[in-house]
Amino acid sequence: MEVNRKNKLLLGLAAVALVLLGKLFYIQVIDDSYKKDASNNSMVYSVIYPPRGVIYDRNGEILVGNSVCYDILVTPREVTSLDTVALAHALDTSVDFVREKMQYYHKYRSRIGFQTQTFLKQVSVETYIKFAEQEYLFPGFRAQVRSIRDYPFNAGGNLLGYISEVDADYLKTHPEYRSGDYVGRTGLEAAMEEQLRGEKGYHIFLRDSRNRVQSPYMDGSEDKSAVPGKDIVSTIDAHLQQYGQLLMEGKVGSVVAIEPSTGEILAMVSSPGIDVDVLTDIGKHYKEISSNPRKPMFNRTVMASYPPGSVFKLVNGLIGMQEGVLKETDSYPCYKGYYYSGNHKLGCHAHSSPLMLKDAIATSCNGYFCYVLRNILENRKYSSTAEALDKWREYVLSFGFGRKLGSDFPSELGGNIPTSSYYNKIYGKNRWRFQTVVSLSIGQGEIGATPLQIANLAATMANRGYWYIPHIVKDSENYRIDDKYREKNYTLVDTTYFETAVEGMYMAVNGGGSAGGTAFAAAVEGLDVCGKTGTAQNPHGKDNSVFICFAPKDDPKIAVAAYVENAGFGATWALPVASLMLEKYLTGEISPKRKYLEDRMLNAKFF
Amino acid sequence: MGYGSVRTSYDRGLKQTVDWRLIGCYLALVLIGWVNIYASIHSTEPSSIFDLGSRSGKQFLWICISLVVDFLVLFVLTARFWEVIPAASYLLVLFLLVLVIFVSKDVKGSHSWFELGPVKFQPAEISKITTSLMLALVMSRQGFRLSSAKDFLTVAAVIGIPMLAILGESETGSALVYVGYIFVLYREGLSGWWLAFLGIAILLFILTLTTTWWISLIVLGLLAAACTLYCLHGSRSRNYRRRIIFRALLAFAAGVVLIFATDFIFNNVLQDHQRKRIEVLLGLKEDPSGVGYNVRQSMIAIGSGGLFGKGFLSGTQTSFGFVPEQSTDFIFCTIGEEWGFVGCLVVILLYVYMIYRIIQDAERCRGAFTRIYGYCVAACMFMHLFINIGMTIGLMPVIGIPLPMISYGGSSLLAFSLLVFIFLALHRQECKYF
Repeated sequence: MEVNRKNKLLLGLAAVALVLLGKLFYIQVIDDSYKKDASNNSMVYSVIYPPRGVIYDRNGEILVGNSVCYDILVTPREVTSLDTVALAHALDTSVDFVREKMQYYHKYRSRIGFQTQTFLKQVSVETYIKFAEQEYLFPGFRAQVRSIRDYPFNAGGNLLGYISEVDADYLKTHPEYRSGDYVGRTGLEAAMEEQLRGEKGYHIFLRDSRNRVQSPYMDGSEDKSAVPGKDIVSTIDAHLQQYGQLLMEGKVGSVVAIEPSTGEILAMVSSPGIDVDVLTDIGKHYKEISSNPRKPMFNRTVMASYPPGSVFKLVNGLIGMQEGVLKETDSYPCYKGYYYSGNHKLGCHAHSSPLMLKDAIATSCNGYFCYVLRNILENRKYSSTAEALDKWREYVLSFGFGRKLGSDFPSELGGNIPTSSYYNKIYGKNRWRFQTVVSLSIGQGEIGATPLQIANLAATMANRGYWYIPHIVKDSENYRIDDKYREKNYTLVDTTYFETAVEGMYMAVNGGGSAGGTAFAAAVEGLDVCGKTGTAQNPHGKDNSVFICFAPKDDPKIAVAAYVENAGFGATWALPVASLMLEKYLTGEISPKRKYLEDRMLNAKFF
Repeated sequence: MGYGSVRTSYDRGLKQTVDWRLIGCYLALVLIGWVNIYASIHSTEPSSIFDLGSRSGKQFLWICISLVVDFLVLFVLTARFWEVIPAASYLLVLFLLVLVIFVSKDVKGSHSWFELGPVKFQPAEISKITTSLMLALVMSRQGFRLSSAKDFLTVAAVIGIPMLAILGESETGSALVYVGYIFVLYREGLSGWWLAFLGIAILLFILTLTTTWWISLIVLGLLAAACTLYCLHGSRSRNYRRRIIFRALLAFAAGVVLIFATDFIFNNVLQDHQRKRIEVLLGLKEDPSGVGYNVRQSMIAIGSGGLFGKGFLSGTQTSFGFVPEQSTDFIFCTIGEEWGFVGCLVVILLYVYMIYRIIQDAERCRGAFTRIYGYCVAACMFMHLFINIGMTIGLMPVIGIPLPMISYGGSSLLAFSLLVFIFLALHRQECKYF
């Protein structure tokens, strides 16, 4: 052949063609790996969803179980004829719904192709039976069984939490999930997601080019069965929880009960809450819930930070003793308040004066604790008020305030305990002194604590100086809780000082009204209740009512904190709620003498 | 068909004047395309192959329209027409190419489609025809010499201006086809060194990206030295030697600039998706869910076809949307999966034979216009063939251009039909007179 440019170009053409054919020959005939990959593509994985783990309470009652419902599926291509009215009737749905769905499938028919679509979700067993009898009338339609959550006990939606189908945002951050999976979103369901969810399994089928399933792949030998989720035992006492919800009905606030000797949370009520009835299908109610001005989704027990009020006097008294600036026998005068900076006065109520520490706790004297905090902050040991405040803060933090407790319950808030640099920023360095921050002495001002932290204080008092991280999941066969929940956390105050404070709490309840005890209504015969009231000023309206208590005094079994928003004196609202729960837990019933309290609580509804 | 009257009016019969083998290849490819478009959509849009609502039905309609146009071009219109219109049509299309940038909607980042009611078309498709005609006109003029700077620049402008306009539409693939005109220029006398330079430039670019600059530099140095020695071999004239060495140094300097500009070009001139596609092709980055996905799925589909394929309508890969753009740019996957290596072989041989026939016919023509135009057609077909199939089997980066005559799409089919049949008409006119 003549060597000219035409032939050179033809040669180039042949070379390129050979390169293409060579590569094609390699991937089509020589290399097998592509064939294997293709069979992966044409295998259909049919997912088997595992049942989620059951949640038990501490006494073996089922809080969250599983029940069965059905999804109605349809393969639009296989629907040859359809009696719209009959189908709507069989599925207890409207004719318009069926019509709209079918129009939708028709509109997107090319995208849907031979795929199966979910026609109707969560159909009840009764409806399913009705449908199943007539299924032969509706070619292309079939039902698929699905496990849903079931709540035998109304133990509160905020506590248990809900599960919902994962959305695009969630998938982005959690690549191990697939669309169609359900995941715990709040409460226990979210906290224990890893244990509860189980492991998905699958059947493998082969399909042909029209997406029709032909046969099980390798006779099902490669299938994987689903592993059910692990059951979880909660520390919650279902009956106590339910009773707490009942008492809090119509009030805004929280109650938290803790077993002091373990840190186990016995009850955790946030009111208003979500009813368990709506949990199974929360999507349907979501709008209504989120538009409620009282925010039922908001779990106040761990997410609301309030000023703790007078219950915080206990902490200040203990710090004073530990710092050596307060002796049990020190007495200070109080004539309806504490005067500072000339005419400024922090008011107090009427009681005998002067008085000593125990009585000051029992009567909740504001004046006394102003002296206490002054002694702490103006301690000569420290070069400045600022340094003393930071030392004070260190003590307070050791009680579990001002930081997250580290509970296993999700979305816990840390609360706030002010630092000296915080005040420096506001007032300028060395431009503030004890008088500026006087409200800290009675648990007001810049202090913020969650009801869980306040309940933890009650438990610390009951334990005389140490606490366990409050937690909501108990040890069980399937699940061992983290060791950190077994560790005693000591406060920086010596345990010996606690006895005095506890004595004050005892006197507050059992000292008799005439002696000025603020919590005499909490007394239950034979239970040796110790308590401390609080009335926290609320910048947004009426005062918040606070009460912490534990019993019995010498062998505490339960510590309770109640926080009722905008309800006035602690003695009026929070006290009955907390003390009734305490009594119910310890004795199983409410004594006839205190029935009137229960009636009053059950009937008092603020909204 | 009543060609009787036509036949009697010419000295030679239709058998001699029309290249029926070429038309046979063309018809075979169109038919293969239609059938495979149906195969690629039948599972998501199951319907008759003639269903006008589906892509195969629409393609059928376009095939009919194309065949009518083919007939008109070959037998009704006089071929002189194509020698008259190049300048005007070239300018008109150039105007459209620029206009479309401003009036079109954004389709995946590119602005290249005119939408007139239900009809959509890309001026870039027609531009191949007008540029080829214009090139043929310019280069067939009396006294045209590529070695003259003026003529060379004219040719460069004829090719470069529409290419730039298409780049402005972000249709990089279509613009890349214009590189193929270098083969036409080569046939018409361009120094072979330009082809070599182009090849070396691509090699250096890839080498710098995959290895480091100094390896590229060494390779460049060795190549330059080898080429210089080859040219100097046996030459005695001092003047000639000096010129060669000067040119070699110039080329070497250009190569050095390219090596050090590579990173800049790669990171600053190329668009994000283009950079990614090149990275995937060169194995610099894995991207199994993005660009890598397309190529991987496409190779799985073709690879799983085996020697004889899975059979018509039995492909599992192409029918479930594993392969994207399966009826347009990735149509070759359907062929590869359902017809196997044998099917691919047939298709590629059809193309190669077609290009071969065009070149042979072009060479036999006396008129430079027809010859040059023929080479242009061959070059366009070749570029489309190589880029498209190369892309589906991982030899080329993902560049969205159709497979001639086979891919779904009316304006593409019509444009290629015109491209080929204008050549057939020109060739027939030549044949009539000798």
